[in-house]
Amino acid sequence: MKKRNTIWILIIVFLLLLLIGVVFLALSVGQINFSFAQILDILSKKEGVEYSVLANIRLPRILLSFAVGGALSISGLVLQGIYRNPLVEPYTLGISGGAALGVSFAIVFGLQNMFSGLTLPVFGIIGAIAMIILLYVLSLRKEYLNINKVLLTGVMISFMTSSMIMFIMATTTSENLQSIVFWTMGSLEEPNDLLIYLVFGISLVGLVVIYLFSGHLNALRLGEANARYLGINSRATIKILFVIASILTGVSVSIAGVIGFVGLIIPQLLRYLIGSDFRILIITTYLGGAIFLILSDIVARTIIAPNQLPIGVITGIIGGAIFIIALSKSKQGI
Amino acid sequence: MSVQMKIEKIVCGYSGSFLLKEVSFDIEKGLFTGIIGPNGSGKTTLFRGITGDIGLKSGNIYFEGKNLTSFTGKQRARRFAIVTQKIEVANITVEEFVLLGRFPYKKPFQFLETEEDYRLAGKYMKMTGVYKYKDKLFSELSGGEQQLVSIAKALTQEPDILLLDEPTSHLDIAHQVKILNLLQKLNKTFKLTVIMIIHDLNLAGEYCDHIIMLDNGRIHTSGSAKEVLNYKNIEEVYKTPVVTRENPISKKPAIFLISERVLKGKM
Repeated sequence: MKKRNTIWILIIVFLLLLLIGVVFLALSVGQINFSFAQILDILSKKEGVEYSVLANIRLPRILLSFAVGGALSISGLVLQGIYRNPLVEPYTLGISGGAALGVSFAIVFGLQNMFSGLTLPVFGIIGAIAMIILLYVLSLRKEYLNINKVLLTGVMISFMTSSMIMFIMATTTSENLQSIVFWTMGSLEEPNDLLIYLVFGISLVGLVVIYLFSGHLNALRLGEANARYLGINSRATIKILFVIASILTGVSVSIAGVIGFVGLIIPQLLRYLIGSDFRILIITTYLGGAIFLILSDIVARTIIAPNQLPIGVITGIIGGAIFIIALSKSKQGI
Repeated sequence: MSVQMKIEKIVCGYSGSFLLKEVSFDIEKGLFTGIIGPNGSGKTTLFRGITGDIGLKSGNIYFEGKNLTSFTGKQRARRFAIVTQKIEVANITVEEFVLLGRFPYKKPFQFLETEEDYRLAGKYMKMTGVYKYKDKLFSELSGGEQQLVSIAKALTQEPDILLLDEPTSHLDIAHQVKILNLLQKLNKTFKLTVIMIIHDLNLAGEYCDHIIMLDNGRIHTSGSAKEVLNYKNIEEVYKTPVVTRENPISKKPAIFLISERVLKGKM
């Protein structure tokens, strides 16, 4: 038992060190490259153009990658946990489709400047919340246990929203079209610092709240009924966790666009590597998602510099490749 | 003996048809009770009514004089442990699985197990003979071993009543007897009250002190094995001709089936 706790602490320390390493890497590469020593030097001086590149451009972007990567990964983990299905991910439920639809709407109707820089995230979150409510009313309220029904409803909502987005794209100007496409593919560039802090805060609060349910999630591994026999109010737990996961997804998608695969592969990979105990899985999945997204963003903004690739392209390719390799090497499947 | 649980005129079932029609019985402390009856007679509905899987349309269940509805989930889980037929669960070791039985004793904001939790899990894994598998994955074990692990988890809840839904279905005779011997030992040695739904009439007769025979949502007969398991009752409820004799060693009733051909040839 003590051995297990030691291993858990070592895993967390390892991931934290990895995170620090990746953060330094993200700070050092870009249009101007800095060495490790230079970074410390610049950050301690707190002045000059170089400082402003690090503190105002690279650091906020890292913060956002951390928050979004962590949030998407744990919402995937939670959804996979409550539905005991490793193929569920935040996007299967149509939440990202709702956010994308809201944003497309704002772009097409020329509302970009309604709330100045906050417009697209605001419309994104409205779209996401609308989909969460729709999903709740249509299936979750009564059939919260009927996973197939909840999932199918979500998938159908996704199809409908993507068709509506296509309709909007087909009938709009090419300028709007480009804005929609770029938003959809995801970007971690966000000029509004306040918004970044907000997402960062929500992401961390989400992590803490979900962690409070780690014991419940552990018991839910046995199924809804068996968890109830252990004294858990399974019905309420599943609903609360579903809503938290949806909010985390909605917030992430609204600010950073549709960043696929993080919510699917990071939880799967970590479950494969360290087992199914949520008390360690929640923390490591969060850190793993954060590290993965910071790394992916480094690739996205350096591989065809000075241009940037959409982050969703990178996560899809890297994530898919890691996943296929892990799957082919595992004997029992994931 | 004192009455530990009182089932009073419960009516429950799925929407539309109410399978259980005002069923009442008492469970005495330390008794090994078997619930038998043909498919569709309401065994599983009764089980689900007691576990809270389905709500009671009317009637009450009292535990030590208190209505079961006044218990919180955790309070309930400290008194009743429930073992289902089968659990599908991936990627969890036997020890982790058994430790989940300590959930009802967790305090708010307590994330890690206490020394006591480990001690109890170890004790009950040894008692059920699965300690040697403690680091194995649950999914790697055979059906019979999984059932033993489930019982170990249930015992780790330190309950007053153990409720089992057909614990021996899908198992070979060796595992059937192993599990029932274990339940009997727990019942006789530790005075644990056992309520078990069981299909096999011979096993019910051999192991249960008290048998409740359900038929069409009502109790047909209840009492000792000798009182319940006679050919008249069985033929009436199961609509199947049988012959009953006394088991030469245990002196409990044993039930024999006869093929239609033999039956016709004889008559």
